[in-house]
Amino acid sequence: MSEVLPPLSLTLGPVLFNWPTDRWIDFYARIADEASVDRVCIGEVVCSKRQPFRDDTLVDTVERLERGGKEVVHSTLALPTTAREIRAISEIIDAGYAIEANDIATMRLLGGRPHAVGPLLNIYNEAALARHITLGATRICLPPELPFESIRLIAAGTAVVEVFAFGRAPLALSARCYHARAHGLPKDACQFVCEKDADGMDVHTIDGKPFLAVNGIQTLGHVVTAATHQISELHDAGVVALRLSPQSCDMVRVATIFRNLADAHITAGEATKLLSSLALPGPLADGYLRGVPGANLIDEVD
Amino acid sequence: MMTAATRSPELICPAGTPAGLRTAVDAGAHAVYCGFRDETNARNFPGLNFDRAELHEGITYAHDRGVKVLVALNTFMRAGATGIWKRGVDDAVSAGADALILADVALIAYAREAYPWQRLHLSVQAAAATSDAIAFYRETFGIARVVLPRVLTLEEIDRLTKATAPCETEVFVFGGLCVMAEGRCSLSSYATGKSPNMTGVCSPPSHVQYREDKDTLVASLGGFTIERFARGEPAGYPTLCKGRFRANGTEFHLFEDPVSLNAVELLPRLIEVGVSAFKIEGRQRGRAYVAMVVRAFRRALDSIAQGREFDVGELRALTEGQNHTTGAYKKTWR
Repeated sequence: MSEVLPPLSLTLGPVLFNWPTDRWIDFYARIADEASVDRVCIGEVVCSKRQPFRDDTLVDTVERLERGGKEVVHSTLALPTTAREIRAISEIIDAGYAIEANDIATMRLLGGRPHAVGPLLNIYNEAALARHITLGATRICLPPELPFESIRLIAAGTAVVEVFAFGRAPLALSARCYHARAHGLPKDACQFVCEKDADGMDVHTIDGKPFLAVNGIQTLGHVVTAATHQISELHDAGVVALRLSPQSCDMVRVATIFRNLADAHITAGEATKLLSSLALPGPLADGYLRGVPGANLIDEVD
Repeated sequence: MMTAATRSPELICPAGTPAGLRTAVDAGAHAVYCGFRDETNARNFPGLNFDRAELHEGITYAHDRGVKVLVALNTFMRAGATGIWKRGVDDAVSAGADALILADVALIAYAREAYPWQRLHLSVQAAAATSDAIAFYRETFGIARVVLPRVLTLEEIDRLTKATAPCETEVFVFGGLCVMAEGRCSLSSYATGKSPNMTGVCSPPSHVQYREDKDTLVASLGGFTIERFARGEPAGYPTLCKGRFRANGTEFHLFEDPVSLNAVELLPRLIEVGVSAFKIEGRQRGRAYVAMVVRAFRRALDSIAQGREFDVGELRALTEGQNHTTGAYKKTWR
């Protein structure tokens, strides 16, 4: 049955963490030249204070990615609250970039223009998906929290659904910056301490068990989501794209592994083993897809 | 025309059960909010909420006393089971609900199309934190009021209330405090598999364990230790975001201290900026608690309306662990 389906495409999600500008430029240069991804999301999603550092390099980065044959999509801020932040989103839209909306405010600014929807908007059912398609959505990455059974029902009969397939799953957003709070700094004078943690700041329980990761106002899981064992079922269900969310490990390798897995050149077990050999910030997990706690690991008996 | 300063704001009170509804009505609520006994509302706890007949009776009781009833159907519809939520909308409308409190874009669309005359409020779970987000819901679905996320400062509430008029704004003033943007948090399902968006619960009791460890009581959620209490110290509930964790080499309440929201002192300012309604959290709370809080807030609002001083002290004793915060309303919280 899967022979008649078009191959799964790969989307590189936006870098969620505050990587220094040089690292950010180098990362995208290598992605442009070497990564087997079809689409690359750029843009600051978590904290608007980080964006200005990259403004000067943005045009060059986009050009380089496009020369590398990648479709470039600009992901917007997930929790805009100020007029300045809304203005910045408007400017990105007006500049003519393809947009991935991560907040309802962006939907209004788009005014029905075709766009993608990121995993931070709440689309939990087939009716919400249909509604977003009428509002102009042409590709929708579902929230990482959804179990496979829901994804199957939502994706059926459409050709727009993308699934969060690799990376630390985003779990929460807040007005408060936990990086600043953990360093005893006020948010307005944060000294950009989040730059120290390329994969987010590790959060352990008080008895020393790894639990979460903090990225400024965002909280993510400690574990690294990897949908390796569900790829063929997702494909059969009508999912058209997989999202790989950048971590500090070798993302070119990650993309190659998922490309080979999607093309059935390697098995799910092989892909999981190959991913495990990379310098990951946490163990591989697929609890959410299996409908159990998101922290549950691949092969873990729940 | 009434100005923002002279319009009298509504006090919106929790009704977790039919008895709780009567308590809140009798204590002076202008409106109560409640939900059906299923996964359609964000307080899907055992022993709480209303069946269809109870909602009818509750609405009659409230309306006879001039009090409004708002029905919350504010979780996100489960794929393949959207009929449960749509039936909830149908039944709340036919029971005579004064407004529906909704979050799921597709459920809002359904309610608007099926019942063009029905008043709709945008739940805090929809996390509409900007005038553009609110305008989107207003322009697309004719939302009459938005319950603002607890992530905003007073200055932002001021700006938003002015920018979104005639769409009314409602803010939380007392009770549990979400430190994350509501409706955009899956911390609970990460640890337990159950979350506000998917099942209408956060940090569910079914996944809580307490165990003795030397001189302490250890509280865990889904196998993750959330808090440790010294012997004799009152053991609070291990809500994930109020837990004690280790980060950057220290052990502390990373997200938020175990505090409750109490914005009573900000009421005059919130009225001045034109907020239409003040919401008290706590459908899971006991009737005595609800009666005390509702009475105190009603007294405060009546005093403000009459230009009299009001006492803010009586509410302090009711907040968790005697600690309260004005939350994000003051910018220093961030």
